[in-house]
Amino acid sequence: MMTPTASTQSATPDAGMALAPEVPGFERRDVKQNKVRRTGAPGEKPNILGGLGGWLWLAIIILPIYYIVITSFRTSEDLRSSNQLLPTTNPTIAPFIRVIQNDFFHYFTNSLIVTLSTVAVVLAVSVMAAYYIARSTTLGGKRLFQIILLGIAIPVQATIIPVYYLIQQLGLYDTLWALILPQIAFAIPLSVLIIVNFVRDIPMELFESMKVDGAGEWKILTALVLPMAKPALMTVGIYQALQVWNGFLFPLVLTQSSDVRVLPLSLWEYSGQFGIDVPATLAAVVLSALPLLVVYMFARRHIVAGLTAGFGK
Amino acid sequence: MGHKGPSFLMALPAVLFFGIFALIPLFGVVVISFMEWNVLGSPTWVGLSNWQAVLFDRPFTWTALGLTITFVIGSYLFQAPVALLLGVFMAGQQRYRALLAVLYFLPLLFSSVAVGLTFQSLFSPNYGLSAALPFDWLPNDWLANSDLVMWVMIFVVGWCFVPFHGLLYQAGVRQIPQSMYEAATIDGAGRVRQFFSITIPQLRYTIITSSTLMLVGSLTYFDLIFVLTGGQPANAVRILPLDMYVTGFSSYNLGYASVIAVILVAIGLTLSLALNIISGSSKMESDKAGA
Repeated sequence: MMTPTASTQSATPDAGMALAPEVPGFERRDVKQNKVRRTGAPGEKPNILGGLGGWLWLAIIILPIYYIVITSFRTSEDLRSSNQLLPTTNPTIAPFIRVIQNDFFHYFTNSLIVTLSTVAVVLAVSVMAAYYIARSTTLGGKRLFQIILLGIAIPVQATIIPVYYLIQQLGLYDTLWALILPQIAFAIPLSVLIIVNFVRDIPMELFESMKVDGAGEWKILTALVLPMAKPALMTVGIYQALQVWNGFLFPLVLTQSSDVRVLPLSLWEYSGQFGIDVPATLAAVVLSALPLLVVYMFARRHIVAGLTAGFGK
Repeated sequence: MGHKGPSFLMALPAVLFFGIFALIPLFGVVVISFMEWNVLGSPTWVGLSNWQAVLFDRPFTWTALGLTITFVIGSYLFQAPVALLLGVFMAGQQRYRALLAVLYFLPLLFSSVAVGLTFQSLFSPNYGLSAALPFDWLPNDWLANSDLVMWVMIFVVGWCFVPFHGLLYQAGVRQIPQSMYEAATIDGAGRVRQFFSITIPQLRYTIITSSTLMLVGSLTYFDLIFVLTGGQPANAVRILPLDMYVTGFSSYNLGYASVIAVILVAIGLTLSLALNIISGSSKMESDKAGA
């Protein structure tokens, strides 16, 4: 997470230092300058090339999304007879109905169960571990943190075979547990890292005064650490929810029956099942992305913060 | 100091989850690489024979390694410049740029299967892009042409991941003090000059972090290629992670697949360590810790 002072600390006196005193605004560089101007400096040439590039990338991003949306309102015959890049003249919601009739809400519910329970457990165990790591005075806390940091570098793909073996041995193959348990484990390192950084910023005096008042560690956890770390928990929660909701490898390897099918895997199955009924397949794609789009509209800042929190400077 | 920290019991649940389902499998994959296991039976010890077989008696391993290198480097050369430029662009002050940034984010909301199905239909020979655009020179066998499919995959994977790296760069650019640009402007430095002598040097840690994630990420990336092509045509995009999956879960040779997995982990760790050393410090770690 960016602290308010982070942006000024990195100011290195390299370029143009000699000129600095004459530069208006140099003295007030501690002020958050991002907000100062919104339309480019007066007299600055507009960056035409940059603007063109920006719009071009927008076109590249939007075209496939536009395409799936308009195609999901077509009939199958329409798909071959008319120009694909223009909206159809007689839209139909039949593809969406076909998707919904094929157990879409069942898969949706599975995804919801897996995502919510994974995130809930991840948050609970990570905040506890983060409290221990941030406030531990023993060597154990340091060592644990190092191991956890190492965990961030473990590629999930490379461990899938032993995970598969383990899940089979535990008798959990083809259950929702098979998706929840490993995904909790792989979400812990990054979550702990982000929350530890937050807990470390809680002033030591607050912990001390609670102890003086006779509060035990559970009391400190629930009454001090939890409320103070709330922004971090929000960030971590949304980031991990996005990962789990869209995850494909674990469901692909660890489940097979339609009872426990989650959305990404259901898309995969739909495409086989619908075959040449492309509008229905794409309607399923649209429906699967819709919940995240809604979340994005209301919690954009948290999602963006969550995605960059672990890695951004 | 008289006080002691919270008891280890606080960390125990996290340690158990992480230990059982992440750390043990990491060691487990090394163990299974020395075993023969075809899913149905239980694994039996065979010593080095899997390694012997995968490394020396199976020429495709080296083909897959070559494809992986092409894919990783190609992805990097496509994603890194675009993400950097996009990050600088998004960090600009104009209001429309902030609006575009909101839209650039959209690919991150789609699952890999959703993206795969989208492009599968967009690149279909019968409908989609080729059928809709009136250009004869446009190929219509994007995914079936073994000369073309690698580049199509690099583009599609880039479509998914450029927004994420763009965000990293945007955050990085916003940390560069505006005064540096103001000074440079008064100094008479143009936009291009400023980009190369202020922006790039100031972003060095972001560049290292993003590059590590990009390179190691595409090394182990599997989802989209699996959904879009399954390695076809002619195994032209069967890179190592996909090779591992197909060998393990389609051919049911989990011993061989584990060898490939261990190779992947080894290359990944070497790569991130090398990048860390090149960056001249352990800055990566402190970047993360201070994030």
